[in-house]
Amino acid sequence: MKQTPWWVLAIVVFTLFPLVVTNPFWTTIAIFTLIYMGCATSWNMFSGYSGYVSLGTAIFYGCGAYTMALISIHSHMPGGAEQFLLVPVGGLVSMVIAVPLGAVALRVRRHTFVVITIAFFFVFQLAAINANFTGGPAGLSLQLIGWQGNSYNTPFYYVALAILVFAVVLSALVRRSRFGLQLLAIRDDEDRALGLGVKVKAVKLTGYTLSAFTVGMMGALYAMFLGQIYPQFVFDPVFDVTVALMAFLGGFGTLLGPLVGGLILESSQQWLTATYSNGSLYLILFGALFLVVVLFMPQGIVVKVKDMWMKRSLKASDDSSIPTPATVTGGAK
Amino acid sequence: MNSSALIHAIIDGVLTGSVYALMATGLTLVFGVMDIINLAQGILVILGAYLSYTLSVHFGVDLFVGLIFTIPTLFVVGVVIERLFVARLKGPERTAMSILVTYAISLVIEGILNEVYSINQVQLQAWYVNRSFLIFGIYLPYIYLLGFILAAVLLGSLYFMLYRTRFGASIRASLSDQTAAALVGIDTKRVATICFGIGVAVTAAGGMIYGATNAFNASTSYDLISRLLTIIVLGGMGSLGGALVAGILMVMIGDVVAVVWSPIWSSMSFFVVLVIVLSLRPQGLFGKQSARVA
Repeated sequence: MKQTPWWVLAIVVFTLFPLVVTNPFWTTIAIFTLIYMGCATSWNMFSGYSGYVSLGTAIFYGCGAYTMALISIHSHMPGGAEQFLLVPVGGLVSMVIAVPLGAVALRVRRHTFVVITIAFFFVFQLAAINANFTGGPAGLSLQLIGWQGNSYNTPFYYVALAILVFAVVLSALVRRSRFGLQLLAIRDDEDRALGLGVKVKAVKLTGYTLSAFTVGMMGALYAMFLGQIYPQFVFDPVFDVTVALMAFLGGFGTLLGPLVGGLILESSQQWLTATYSNGSLYLILFGALFLVVVLFMPQGIVVKVKDMWMKRSLKASDDSSIPTPATVTGGAK
Repeated sequence: MNSSALIHAIIDGVLTGSVYALMATGLTLVFGVMDIINLAQGILVILGAYLSYTLSVHFGVDLFVGLIFTIPTLFVVGVVIERLFVARLKGPERTAMSILVTYAISLVIEGILNEVYSINQVQLQAWYVNRSFLIFGIYLPYIYLLGFILAAVLLGSLYFMLYRTRFGASIRASLSDQTAAALVGIDTKRVATICFGIGVAVTAAGGMIYGATNAFNASTSYDLISRLLTIIVLGGMGSLGGALVAGILMVMIGDVVAVVWSPIWSSMSFFVVLVIVLSLRPQGLFGKQSARVA
């Protein structure tokens, strides 16, 4: 019996979801979950494969969001489906911004890289709060979109899903390519990779820039979805860490990991914040859960579950299929 | 722009900067000895500030006297965190994992602090917080001077311990090479635990001064930790002297920019300086050339 691949099932389930569940409360949670799954996948495509943990992902998210807001406001674009055309533009702008950032940040090794990305992040956040063209702390309002009722969320859902699929396909292609192998080689031993002829600087910069694209698109979609952006929410330090956490939770450097991590984390987070207004209780629960996961399954849920599955099936097949040394020697006599 | 404002910026840089340097020293010590980035340092500073707040408001204990209680308490907190969580981290992704674990710890502490103290900002009060003295034509609250003296005394004793005692020698040995230190018979696990304890204990003093000079609540920790991290990177990660210089430099640059240009951009200026320095000197001002990272 041939098994259906997991991704076919996943796409079917995700495509059917808004047809079955029409309540905007749930579809809104679903849209945010898709956005975060996409960002986590994209983060993982660079940080997970290369081992360079970036905590400045929100830079690209915010730049995408501001690109969407600024262009649609200044070009007097009517609110509606045309705005979706700006989503890839948001991604491209983020990519362009990623090039000089990466060129500076990637001059240093991993531990320092983490801190530099944090520093960059604060530069962008402060700039967005203080500059004039960004509307300052009051943020920007986009044109109202006239879609009505329960179907308002549906287009956003499918666009988010499309970007997510794009991110996963890109991540899978990178993982299987020569370029992906080079990133993994950098993660395992950068000096050795350099010695073996990998152009580490170019490879790292390309990976960093590529990963900015999807995040920028998701940011643009976010701005359009909410219709209002504030600098402290699009450039949010919690976003930086959440995205990294999702990848670690699911499985750092695996294809499936950030998807699983994003699905679990963002949906539960959205649900918890929507259900319980007590933010601090939620922080304690979230932090504690996070600690348990990191300490007891440091390789991530996906790897852990796979391991357990392998062990179980090994045990089950122990008596029959795998020949024990005794039977082998017995047969030779 | 006038010269008295510039003098003020420089004085403030030295006085306030030394407090930042103290808090950053704890962070850089932990990184140097253990390869652990302690993102919880920011919230632990706030915890220290809140402990002083409780002591002074509910028990009427003077802020500086209260340190006799808060410093050992935070030392114990640090040791417990290290034993329970940080020591369990192993493997090649240890440093990356440490960022996540300490971030999780900081979320839990943030949640608890929000529950206990609410999210309204508070500031520590004492006579030396409200009264000022005249220096170079500027009025400066006494707390700035007292904070500087406290930071200087604590940093001095820390340096004395590191450079003049046997235990300090074993810490410095672990700083320069953990494996070699273990080979010559140093109990590196014990050194790591105590270092983490010391690294956290300094936040009690830092937090008290911070809380007396700034209004704070639990979410102030994000601003704090980003500053502390940039200080240790600018100084060179693992370099104690670097943390000292960079801490003072950071506050001074921020103040000078606020005077010369605009206060709006002062908090951003330091990050910009960091980026410029790092593009010229990736290992930071006083960092060692990064060796093979396997």
